[in-house]
Amino acid sequence: MSAANKRPLSPFMIGPYYKPQMTSVLSITHRATGAGLVVGTLLLVYWLAAAAVGPKAYEHAQAVLGSMLGQLFLFLWTWALFYHLANGIRHLFWDAGYGFELPDATKSGWAVVWSSIILTFLCWLIAAP
Amino acid sequence: MAQFNLPPNSVIGKGKTYYAGTGAKNVKRFQIYRWDPDSGENPRMDSYEVDMAACGPMVLDALLKIKNEMDPTLTFRRSCREGVCGSCAMNIDGTNTLACTKAIGDVSGEVKIYPLPHMPVVKDLVPDLTHFYAQYASIKPWLQSITPPPARERLQSKEDRAKLDGLYECILCACCSTSCPSYWWNSERYLGPSVLLQAYRWIVDSRDEFTGERLDDLEDPFRLYRCHTIMNCTKTCPKSLNPAKAIAEIKKLMVERR
Repeated sequence: MSAANKRPLSPFMIGPYYKPQMTSVLSITHRATGAGLVVGTLLLVYWLAAAAVGPKAYEHAQAVLGSMLGQLFLFLWTWALFYHLANGIRHLFWDAGYGFELPDATKSGWAVVWSSIILTFLCWLIAAP
Repeated sequence: MAQFNLPPNSVIGKGKTYYAGTGAKNVKRFQIYRWDPDSGENPRMDSYEVDMAACGPMVLDALLKIKNEMDPTLTFRRSCREGVCGSCAMNIDGTNTLACTKAIGDVSGEVKIYPLPHMPVVKDLVPDLTHFYAQYASIKPWLQSITPPPARERLQSKEDRAKLDGLYECILCACCSTSCPSYWWNSERYLGPSVLLQAYRWIVDSRDEFTGERLDDLEDPFRLYRCHTIMNCTKTCPKSLNPAKAIAEIKKLMVERR
């Protein structure tokens, strides 16, 4: 093996070696919420399928989603949806060439965080049974 | 391939501690990444206690003091010591920057120093930048034109010249590219923020006549579009340039020319 092959890889991981920063943390959250939305959509499919199968299956699905864990998951799913939506709009501005100065990127980042939280609570307040 | 852990030969072990002499009043501790290609051992972190009463204000001053007075085997690149050459780019206190312009006083507690992230290490703080330079060469960083050169200079309006501000100042230190998670995981095919900023520098140059060809070369799912606007590049640039914005401008041109 040549010297170049056994050269170590310099440390890189965000956290222990590279400082997590607002911009990078929001970016990875965008990806994570995107993946989370897929899982939530599977749950939606389960709910619709249960409704199609019959009253008993639907009742069971209602119980699953109505349980503490089910509600918690739905709440997080709602937040993931609003976060992904708000940050998606932030990306649209970036795609148009706006908001690249660091103070602007920080401000828009906080706007995404707070709007996603507020919209989630609003949604649950309005939709709560 | 996306990689989230260090390969076995790159895992960092504990190293030696070099203490400041007795009588040192204002001691600052530096933890520095060490790897010796001849030892056959894994990298390690050595600690150096430096008396700040007898040390310059910048991280590079401390590195030079350590090399001169404590451990001559410590290896790093440096040249201009004033933020112009880009040689002393390294990961200091969790972000990439130039050792010569990073004030020790801006770091609270121990100063941790690693080579630029996710790069093959030649020795200690010296990364192998061969691939980075090859990528830079691939964007043809020179003026290309078909019209024969005029008798005098190729003139440019003040407005056109102003378009190069914020681009031509790049010193190719690789701080931004090696701070980019996309570049960590796709550096074989993704050009990275530094090289893309340079590409844009030639794309917007009014004297260059190969704008179309330059854009053609970048129209690729990896070379350009692995940028996901994470913005680590802009955050870390020691020259306060904005590679993220330059990349966005290239993406805009791609859409506009359709």
